[in-house]
Amino acid sequence: MKNKILPIFLSVFFLISFFIFYKGLQTPNIYIPKTDIQKRIPIFEAEIFDTVNKINSEDIFKENKFYLLNIWASWCLPCRDEHSLLISLNNQKDINIIGLNYKDNYENAKKFLKELGSPYKKILLDKDGTIAIEWGAYGVPETFLIYNKKIIKKIIGPLDKNSVMEIKELIK
Amino acid sequence: MNIFKYLIVILFVFSFNLSNAQDKNTYTKITKNLRCLICQGQSVYDSDSEFANSVKILVEKKLNEGLNEKQIYDYLKNKYGEWILYDPEFTKNTYFLWLLPIFFFILGGVAIFKLFIKRKN
Repeated sequence: MKNKILPIFLSVFFLISFFIFYKGLQTPNIYIPKTDIQKRIPIFEAEIFDTVNKINSEDIFKENKFYLLNIWASWCLPCRDEHSLLISLNNQKDINIIGLNYKDNYENAKKFLKELGSPYKKILLDKDGTIAIEWGAYGVPETFLIYNKKIIKKIIGPLDKNSVMEIKELIK
Repeated sequence: MNIFKYLIVILFVFSFNLSNAQDKNTYTKITKNLRCLICQGQSVYDSDSEFANSVKILVEKKLNEGLNEKQIYDYLKNKYGEWILYDPEFTKNTYFLWLLPIFFFILGGVAIFKLFIKRKN
């Protein structure tokens, strides 16, 4: 009797581990961040671009209004690509686009805006990248759609036609 | 009397150094336990990416604000999800993961113990 228990136990054990590892092989372990989160926006204080003044986030994001926070930098090439989309969105829709200038050089950022135009109602400065972390951002470019002080949509990477369509759908 | 004053000043300065070193240790420990989300297989401590550098500055800021290790983990977990921590927390999703090694350890112990008794007999 005793001699039988061990082989049975071992074979069951190996079967179970085989099953677990086999299952594990099939599920992809690529990390996909959640993009449709209903998270409250962070409270922070930031310098305003081109001035010496600071502003609190509570004074920017009001309730019952749509805001688009776009993290950009002049050194970021995809930002250059999505810029025209932001400008056309700003012209078409009643939406406040707020820029967050990420780890940028002032002169370069100014040149960038002069060359491509500015869709931004306000531009905030994030010199050390910590405000972007407060927002839960991964890098530049990244865009957040905000309503009632909540992030309702997050686009990681540059905007494209599809994501702009999605934003337009949401703010209808 | 003057010597005492100097002693107090020296002690004061040293105590500062000590707390600073403590902070440095927790800082290293925290950044080593944070996953750099845009890198492959690197901790925030090891990485020099823009993301990791910003997280490092933020951790330092939070430590200066007086937050402890757990509060900083909670803060970042709230922003990025549990994936940012290398050490998975003990929840109902992970208790199997945490308890399985202990289970095997005890099983092995029992097996050895039984063998021991058998030999003795």
